[in-house]
Amino acid sequence: MPVYNDTVMDHFMNPRNVGEIENADGVGEEGNPVCGDMMTFYIKVKDDKLEDVKYKTFGCGAAIAVSSIVSELAKGKTLEEVKKMKPMQVVEELGGLPKNKHHCSNLGAQALIKAIEDYEAKTGKAPAKAAAKPKAKAAARSKAAAKPRTTAKAKTATKARGGK
Amino acid sequence: MKKVYMDNAAATRLLPEAREAMLPFLGDDYGNPSSLHEWGDAAREALDAARDQVAGLINADPEEIYFTSGGTESNNFAVKGMALMQRAKGRHVVVSALEHFSVLQAAETLKKLDFEVTEVPVDKNGVVDPADVKKAIRPDTVLVSIMHANGEIGTIEPIKEIAAVTKAAKVPFHTDAVATAGTIPVDVKDLGVDALSLAGMNFYGPKGTGALYVKKGTRIMTLLDGGIQEGGRRGGTENVAGIAGMGVAAEIAKRDMAARIKQVTPLRDKLLKELPPAVTHMVVTGPTGKGRLPGHASFCTEFIEGEAQLMLMSSKGIAVSSGSACTSKALKASHVLLAIGLSHEIAQGSILFTMGLDNTAEDIDYIVETMPPIVERLRQMSPLYAKFQKSGKGGA
Repeated sequence: MPVYNDTVMDHFMNPRNVGEIENADGVGEEGNPVCGDMMTFYIKVKDDKLEDVKYKTFGCGAAIAVSSIVSELAKGKTLEEVKKMKPMQVVEELGGLPKNKHHCSNLGAQALIKAIEDYEAKTGKAPAKAAAKPKAKAAARSKAAAKPRTTAKAKTATKARGGK
Repeated sequence: MKKVYMDNAAATRLLPEAREAMLPFLGDDYGNPSSLHEWGDAAREALDAARDQVAGLINADPEEIYFTSGGTESNNFAVKGMALMQRAKGRHVVVSALEHFSVLQAAETLKKLDFEVTEVPVDKNGVVDPADVKKAIRPDTVLVSIMHANGEIGTIEPIKEIAAVTKAAKVPFHTDAVATAGTIPVDVKDLGVDALSLAGMNFYGPKGTGALYVKKGTRIMTLLDGGIQEGGRRGGTENVAGIAGMGVAAEIAKRDMAARIKQVTPLRDKLLKELPPAVTHMVVTGPTGKGRLPGHASFCTEFIEGEAQLMLMSSKGIAVSSGSACTSKALKASHVLLAIGLSHEIAQGSILFTMGLDNTAEDIDYIVETMPPIVERLRQMSPLYAKFQKSGKGGA
């Protein structure tokens, strides 16, 4: 049996929405070459919805397929809907991934959420929790994409990714 | 679609002669070699013949050959068996940073049994300096285990020189010759080793077959207790068919060795020369020329990851392997690539071509033509490549 199913292979061989968005409204980066995968998501927002989603991915077949499906799932959705996206939902949409590749699905969702947080910080639309923090805006402006965030969501995702 | 298999380090095609030699023992000659009747005789004769053939391949005496289930068992047997047998004398073992996991993890197990392990470093080509081995040996050192060649970067180690060091220090020396036995000349007497691991699969023999050479007088503890087989040193009914196949493969490897080396060496050199300029931003891992295994070419492609590369290569009919973190179940970059000083980022782009009897110069042309667009496609979606292009930095 092949390691990856047909859906994963299709997204790997023909990844949707690859690329960068010039003057993106938000940029989010997750992962690093040590763990093997790195993703950068770019978003364009209109009326609180993701008008466009693009990405660049350094990584294995699963990482590329995850980026592709995440971009498809997120496009046209509201920011709040996207922020509720669960890594397991990504795995299910792909019809399953090998167990040791599940962490890739966290990376994809996480990078996209970071891009949304970047947008919110830039536009001052940050959720109450983040906005309440002093200097949150300034910090976000300087290194929003690279910095680990401390929102509840980010914590969950980091925890879920642990142990690999 | 054209098919090119270049993953001979992972598995080789079984020689038809080896398969023929196996068939009787998968049919009418099903006897147990320990049985004292006609059926047993046939099986025993097959083992004797194979023992002669394997001994002949490495210039050992047949009584010094112990059949195992492959390279992993041979390495476990040697490292644990030799160290444990001498535990009263000392509890220190020396290995190199490049060893196969079956040596490194056997050494880890010894640590749990109160042994200490010193890992000798390697240079940027993966070569062990015998002077470093000399420095690592202590009065309580009971075993040195350093591989003859590394299957991932193709480096051939100066085993003869290291053996001179261990001999002077009176420390037993084991070498993992899985990548070399049957591929390049291996002579246990000339190398001066006390134990040597080999595997049938690496010279067109069947999987699940291997042997450990143990020089007469070398002390080793039995790992598989419970039988009189293999002189009482390795219990369990022998894999008669497999051993018969390995024996024939060993004999043919010895006979055809020079011709095989002559066939694959130019292929290796052609790929090492032509691929990096075609792909760009690609480094050769391991040495070039004489210090490298004949059919072995390994590289790291920058800005992209190994598994994605090999999947796209596979979609074009090319079978290769990689030492990237993503291709390993443990999701860790190859310890070999990190040991020769490569960064995680570079190590992730690892790709390995191991040539065999079926390969031709046309195969190399096909790879050199097929790989650049694959790499370009992955680079176009790589954030690392985008960063490199913007900054002009980060490339080698």
